[in-house]
Amino acid sequence: MTLSHYLILAAILFAIGTYGALTRRNAIGILLCIEIMLNAVNINLVGFSRYITPNELTGQIFTIFSITIAAAESAVALALIISIYRHVKTVDVDKINLMKW
Amino acid sequence: MELLFNTQELIDSINIFLTNLCWNYNIPSWILTVVIMAVVAGIVAGFVAVNTMMLVLAERKIAAHMQDRLGPMRVGFHGILQTVADAIKLVLKENIMPKVADKTMFFLAPIIVFAPAMMAYVILPWSPGIIVSDLNLGVLYLLAVGSIGVIGIIMAGWSSGNKYSLLGGMRSAAQVVSYEVSMVLSILGVIMLTGSLKMGELVNAQKDIWYICYQPLGFLLYLMAATAECNRAPFDMPEAESELVAGFHTEYGGIKFAMFFLAEYANIFAVSAVCTTLFLGGWQGIPGLPITLPPIVWFLIKTYAIVFIFMWFRWTYPRVRVDQLMTFGWKLLVPLGFINILITGLVMVIK
Amino acid sequence: MEGIGQIITFYILAGIAVISAILVISLRNLVHCVISLALMMLAIAGLYITLFAEFIAMVQILIYIGAVVVLFLFLIMLTLRLTDKDIKQTNEQKGISFILAGLLLFLLVTVLNRTSWNISPEAVVENTTSKIGNLLLTTYVFPFELISVVLLACLIGAIVIARKDKD
Repeated sequence: MTLSHYLILAAILFAIGTYGALTRRNAIGILLCIEIMLNAVNINLVGFSRYITPNELTGQIFTIFSITIAAAESAVALALIISIYRHVKTVDVDKINLMKW
Repeated sequence: MELLFNTQELIDSINIFLTNLCWNYNIPSWILTVVIMAVVAGIVAGFVAVNTMMLVLAERKIAAHMQDRLGPMRVGFHGILQTVADAIKLVLKENIMPKVADKTMFFLAPIIVFAPAMMAYVILPWSPGIIVSDLNLGVLYLLAVGSIGVIGIIMAGWSSGNKYSLLGGMRSAAQVVSYEVSMVLSILGVIMLTGSLKMGELVNAQKDIWYICYQPLGFLLYLMAATAECNRAPFDMPEAESELVAGFHTEYGGIKFAMFFLAEYANIFAVSAVCTTLFLGGWQGIPGLPITLPPIVWFLIKTYAIVFIFMWFRWTYPRVRVDQLMTFGWKLLVPLGFINILITGLVMVIK
Repeated sequence: MEGIGQIITFYILAGIAVISAILVISLRNLVHCVISLALMMLAIAGLYITLFAEFIAMVQILIYIGAVVVLFLFLIMLTLRLTDKDIKQTNEQKGISFILAGLLLFLLVTVLNRTSWNISPEAVVENTTSKIGNLLLTTYVFPFELISVVLLACLIGAIVIARKDKD
């Protein structure tokens, strides 16, 4: 196993996540795709940590920060979606095009 | 009998014997690893099944005697074979799938609930040397594995296409996620004292004095959080009979229902065994007591005592309301957990 | 550790991760998508273990599967009616998005192949957990505290946004 195996896997996952985030209609679906992209980035970080700085563990620590931020981000995003759903009764991003209601 | 005391030697000699066998017959070592894994998994699965039958019978008998009844009396002597008969009945039953159910999810949910319950058995230290794998991150692994089961419960509730099931699944998710916080906080005190997450080291650290003496608050918090994690009464909101029929497993029958049942009792035993390991000295005897029993017997006695406490809870306390449950978890257990950690830290610094 | 077993493990886990990621973006039923996402995260946790990052693997399972996925499931059940399970989930930008994502992948892979990484010959630290703990409270203590403030802010923000207006 070399570093590039992990990096290419991460790149594939990132591309899949990008495609999904661009094509999904449902706001929750878009969030799921963003989670895929974040996970792909985390694979990169842990891979670098293992192969380039195995003793400093910088990548692993950044992964912890990134996971924490991802959790916080999804909590806020979910709160936003619930709030939007209450007002417009849909989570379809194509239909949420009003600046105010 | 001697071997029961020196389990470490027993395991070592079995290992040496098998390695020699491989050398003599030119068997590649990975075949040996696979075979050992399969055998150990079989033993664990067998134990879980038999243990569940015993626990179900014990639960019914204890409930009956607490309520001044006799309980099952027909099958076998004093109903000893009752759960065997029940198990046969469940296995022979027709598999019913509701028409509105989401087929794949409905099929997968019992498996996803059952698998993590079994995975927890990997790190239970039965006796010196008898542990499937003493992972470096033992306790963390336990918590991680425990959090997977929730998904299975939500899947079961959602895929049944029944509003009571859905409500049960959602309640369970909220409950388990909330009480996981207080569970982690209650365990942290012990981890701080030991400085290790390894189950083996946790047991060895309690040679002279059990952690329940240092962490009485932690022990009580763990007991309450564990009751909620297992969805046991008085926190059995997910399956509250009087409100939700049977909660997330309303639509399940036959072998799938049996899997939920197995998972529930496997969880209870695992949680009690972890409690024994963390707070009651694991497989070690009571310090200062001149009774010598094999370590595995000590372990089982303590674990079943904790299981009995869980059953006692169930038949003593009335079920709490959902809002009371959340208030109890977040406004009482979590602050108490923080206070416990604070006190532990202060004492450690002063010493 | 560089054995055939490791390579097989990597390909199995990577295969599961990629297939379940594709399922996440292609399935119509959102609950199925979330379950696939959970499977992907489990596979990635396995990959972390192959990279000697057991602690990260456990954190991944605890936080992503135990909390984030459960949160998503909650949200879906709060905002989706059981009847509109199978509406079309994708918009009309499929073609252009596919080209864009493909270009991105191509770009990333070319850059990755051109870059020469200075792979460290040092051996891997075996027991990483205590080292991570030490680093978090010494070298990285400021980001660590900052993250906790961010978490608190998010907690309050999420509650304020999601709370029902009292009127």
